[in-house]
Amino acid sequence: MTQIYVYVTHKGGVADDIASEYIGAAKKIDAGAALTAVVTGSGADLDNVAQSLTSKYAEVIKISDPALAYPNAEVIRKALCNVLDKSAIVLAPHDTLGMDLCPGLSIKMDSTFAADAVDFEGVDGGKLKLVRQELGGAVSTHVTCDISNGAVITIRPGAFAPVDASASGKVTDKPAGDLSAKRKFLEVVQAEVGDVDITKSDVLVSIGRGIQEQENIAIAEELAEAMGAVVSCSRPIVDAKWLEKGRQVGTSGKTVKPKVYMAMGISGSFQHMGGVKGNPYIVAVNKNPKAPIFQVADVGIVADILEFMPALTEAINEMK
Amino acid sequence: MEILVCVKRVPDTAENEFQLNSAGNDLDRDDLVYSVNEWDNYAVEEAIQIVDRVGGNVTVVTVGDSESEEVLRREMAMGANTGVLLSDDAFENSDGKGVATILAGEIKKGKYDLILTGAQADAAAGQVGGMLAAMLDLPYASLVNKIEIDGSKLKIGREIEGGNQEMNEIELPCVLSIQTGINEPRYVGIRGIRKVAQVEIPVKDAAALGVDPASVGEAGSKVKRVDYFVPVLGDGAEMLEGSTDEIIAQLIERIKSKGGLA
Repeated sequence: MTQIYVYVTHKGGVADDIASEYIGAAKKIDAGAALTAVVTGSGADLDNVAQSLTSKYAEVIKISDPALAYPNAEVIRKALCNVLDKSAIVLAPHDTLGMDLCPGLSIKMDSTFAADAVDFEGVDGGKLKLVRQELGGAVSTHVTCDISNGAVITIRPGAFAPVDASASGKVTDKPAGDLSAKRKFLEVVQAEVGDVDITKSDVLVSIGRGIQEQENIAIAEELAEAMGAVVSCSRPIVDAKWLEKGRQVGTSGKTVKPKVYMAMGISGSFQHMGGVKGNPYIVAVNKNPKAPIFQVADVGIVADILEFMPALTEAINEMK
Repeated sequence: MEILVCVKRVPDTAENEFQLNSAGNDLDRDDLVYSVNEWDNYAVEEAIQIVDRVGGNVTVVTVGDSESEEVLRREMAMGANTGVLLSDDAFENSDGKGVATILAGEIKKGKYDLILTGAQADAAAGQVGGMLAAMLDLPYASLVNKIEIDGSKLKIGREIEGGNQEMNEIELPCVLSIQTGINEPRYVGIRGIRKVAQVEIPVKDAAALGVDPASVGEAGSKVKRVDYFVPVLGDGAEMLEGSTDEIIAQLIERIKSKGGLA
């Protein structure tokens, strides 16, 4: 029987949503697999998470050590190598911890690695078929992954529907073993709050690469002013230092819940859309008719935002 | 400090509309515009800035065919001192582990204090840096957006969820994957490219690297791409068409009904 370990991340004693998503993902790999949740950390928070997972998982492995108090991937990798059966499948989230932890984990476990799975299509002849995306979400691919000697696979958070399994499982404590590491966690520096709080606005005029030049941001600001909105942006605008980090929407920026989200010249990568919550009405304007944003938007217009935004601003101002 | 930066030639997502070929099993690559992976530019810029501060050399390396030479020259025009092309028919269709195995071969032949990669490339897996570190038994950190040198250690920032920054201390030698935004990569003009156009770039094959051909390429690959397809994520947007005036009138009506306009 296939053994699947799922590495459950947690905060403040509460498991992340991925804990329920794994159950759906694992069913799509092998409905008959033995499923074991694995948690690392220390103290009462870890105890609480481990206990809470027994309502979903028959087996919960708890690895407790003061060195695991902060999730330092270099330390967690050692603990998992010390504890887990290397021929099994290990699932982890494709987030900033999973990306740090998993490629190296697959090498240390001498197993196969696949990143950022968004779907699984079962195992055939020792090969797991999965779906992932390339080129910023512009294309998807089917990938086969030889799992005969085990595998480490990261799954995209939110890609698998959560399954509410019911179990009355048990927690097994496992000693972490040697955790010496050459990387030491120091502190988390909180993101600076800019002059505008984009999380408080009902309408966001959000700009991406399509804005082309820093000077063109004024065009978006004029539209935002006409709409009573504020300007937010995608990652490239912050990387170029055209707007401050506090304006960035996405998994590595702010999570926003507006009523209307105006995606202007934004391609719509999952990292960006991961920051758009609360099911807003999404308006997408993009020159590229194949931009992924048109798949998730409610209404789409194929146009150059540098021409479309001024026309829209003018029309709105004329109504007043 | 001796710094190695691993770079890759990739289809440029800003310059291309991706179409599938007629068989539907690959991209139509005939007219694709290629460039250096965006993340790698930040890694090379960071390496150059470190060497400017503390001295040393920046070597850029890539796994690919002769066309990949152009990305090495571009990064040398930025200021990298040396370029190395790792090329062999046996390297074709390597998976992430295969690429890391090839790069590890080169790293073992040299003596590097710091190895940088981009945080991810065209396949968006973000895997090679972490695999390299594990193969070489070096400490690793991903998504690095700040590097300070402190003797035989580095103080580094990692970008984590919510735009927060996780600060770590990491011992040298180490492998870091670099996130965009860590710096502002310098502009490379035609003149800069011309200056390095004649510089000889050594090419190393599997034998030169001591890499077993069976462990890389198609033969050694345990992860294989079967096909490409255009994803269907949702129902898709209602596309507004017509004259700009007509489109705007329809759009304003919809935005109003959703509470986006008073």
